[in-house]
Amino acid sequence: MTSSSLEAAGTIAPPRADSDAPIRKAASGIEGLDEITGGGLPAARTTLVVGGPGAGKTVLALQSLVHAASELGEPGIFVAFEENSRQIIGNAATFGWDLPGLETQRLFFLDARLAPSTVQAGDFDISGILAGLAAKAREMGARRIVFDGIDVLLTLLDDPAKERREIYRLQEWLLASGLTAIITAKASEGDRVSTERYAFMQFMVDAVVSLHHRMMDRVSLRGLRVMKYRGSSFFESEFPMVIAPTGIEVATFGNADLEYDVSTERVSTGVPRLDTMLDGGYYRGSGVLISGAPGVAKTTLAGAFANAACLRGERVLYVSFDEAGSQIVRNLRSVGIDLEPHRDAGLLEMHSTRTESRSSEDHLIGLKQRITAFRPRHMIVDPLSALGKTGGHVAAVHASLRLLDYARALGITTVCTSLVADEAMEESTTTQISTIADTWIHLAYLIHGGERNRTLTIVKSRGMKHSNQVRELLLSSEGITLADVFTSGGEVLVGTARWEREMELRNATANRRVERARRRKTAEKEEARLRAHIAALEAELEAQHFESELLVDEEQQELRRRGDDYAELLRLRHADPDTERTDDGRSAHSGR
Amino acid sequence: MERMVLRLYVAGDGPNSAAARANLRRLLAGCDPATYTLEIVDCLRHPMRALQEGVLVTPTLLRLAPEPTCTIVGSLSDSARVLEALGLHDTTQAVSQDA
Repeated sequence: MTSSSLEAAGTIAPPRADSDAPIRKAASGIEGLDEITGGGLPAARTTLVVGGPGAGKTVLALQSLVHAASELGEPGIFVAFEENSRQIIGNAATFGWDLPGLETQRLFFLDARLAPSTVQAGDFDISGILAGLAAKAREMGARRIVFDGIDVLLTLLDDPAKERREIYRLQEWLLASGLTAIITAKASEGDRVSTERYAFMQFMVDAVVSLHHRMMDRVSLRGLRVMKYRGSSFFESEFPMVIAPTGIEVATFGNADLEYDVSTERVSTGVPRLDTMLDGGYYRGSGVLISGAPGVAKTTLAGAFANAACLRGERVLYVSFDEAGSQIVRNLRSVGIDLEPHRDAGLLEMHSTRTESRSSEDHLIGLKQRITAFRPRHMIVDPLSALGKTGGHVAAVHASLRLLDYARALGITTVCTSLVADEAMEESTTTQISTIADTWIHLAYLIHGGERNRTLTIVKSRGMKHSNQVRELLLSSEGITLADVFTSGGEVLVGTARWEREMELRNATANRRVERARRRKTAEKEEARLRAHIAALEAELEAQHFESELLVDEEQQELRRRGDDYAELLRLRHADPDTERTDDGRSAHSGR
Repeated sequence: MERMVLRLYVAGDGPNSAAARANLRRLLAGCDPATYTLEIVDCLRHPMRALQEGVLVTPTLLRLAPEPTCTIVGSLSDSARVLEALGLHDTTQAVSQDA
């Protein structure tokens, strides 16, 4: 007998939804899973959840049931084949789920374990319990059901043919019930019995979710993969998963359609010239990535931002990996950034943690808790790349992206530093992070003329004008300053080369000044010479003038002398006065 | 001797349930009807009873008295195990020896 013959029987299978109609989906309420499946598990159908021991099958099934009961008002039934239902309820309490409260009206737990003392004498089946469950489902109006640990039941049957018969029976019952069902089953990789068993079950159900739990670098890593979803598209990749204090979370890339309140307000970077380069600073609530090699002042740049924010009275959560908070505070003080008063004032919280021994997803959970508790306006993650140190690269990228997404949704400005040791790493890690970062600043060492100097470049900055100029980053006890760099023959000059170039320019200016002075002196001298010359000529002119006057004088004297002599002559001759000579002078002379 | 109280849960006339009924009748044939009571519960007719009384699979045979109670699941085709579990082993053996 096959499922198609069951359906053909018509009396057993309920009328299936029109095959053209899009499949209805029932939200699982598990962050990420509903996104991967485009809305949830197939409604009124069966989903098989397989995984090794401790992979989180029971939690996933129960969480989905609790979500439906408490959030959607859909009553549900939990059939526990493996664990005692009281234990399950107790475990659920650690996630903050109020099962006893829900149990009174919307949840029903059934212990479906055979007592160890049970004697087995011949074949049996599950018709009786299914009849009971059908009655219970009707009575409470259940919409969902979980069969947890079906493998325990199947193992009792001890025969593949009988197992299949009971699985068919269950399948038939589920189809008739119209309930949205989750069946969980333990599956160990490489185990022949479970492989055969689930190959068969996977064919029977509408969706299959596989859970993994493994160790990598001594760090626990969980993963979730949807392997099958009849009638619907889904993301086929394996996604990192964590069992968080509030239940399962599956790490996805975040909902691309999510609309955030995008702020146009600018917040200072803490470096005035960088603010200018960014046309005012970072956008509030945006994600900023500062990448660069070790020691290139990433932390200092992040610290300057934190300092500026605290000075405005805004809270900052400073997350540092593998470096104590007080150590960072001390190091920043040496470059003129004093965070200590902000720490004392409760504006700054330093959250230091070790990357080892926890997976990136665990870190993410921890950070979310800190954010919830401290409610910062800004967050610094230094370095974000530390998340990738243990437990896998892909998981780290996921965690990083989700952290940025989470902060963005809360309007928290996030400044992340990222260690880039070489170009290859830049390609793999930073680029992926940079896709979600709004502003990406790259700090680099420029080796030129036998020295290393720091440069700052804005690789990108979404939605704002920004400078394309490379600046030299200078650290001093006064803090960070940015200096222009000189380009020469297509090469950027920094450090001594820049200094030399600046000196050259200064010298050239000085030379010009000296030259001008020299020429002015020469000109003055020439003027003086000319003036002297003029003076000499004037003196000569005066002398000439004097000479000519002297000559005139002499001539008059001579004429007068000649006149006197003539008069004397006349006197001596006793002649008549000459009528022609009647001037007073001569009369006066004559009167003498 | 304390009276034996038995209860057999079946699911309609399914193959296992039908076999269990037949097997149990055969096994009890040698017993004095006065020494036991037998209740047969059809889970298809009284579905809530299976849930309330912790019956997971059908058929299930409960010996409610004498203490301690015992649970036997299956079609009861393995006579020796059923009789041993119910504590009827000696009697039947005695009967067979007498015969």
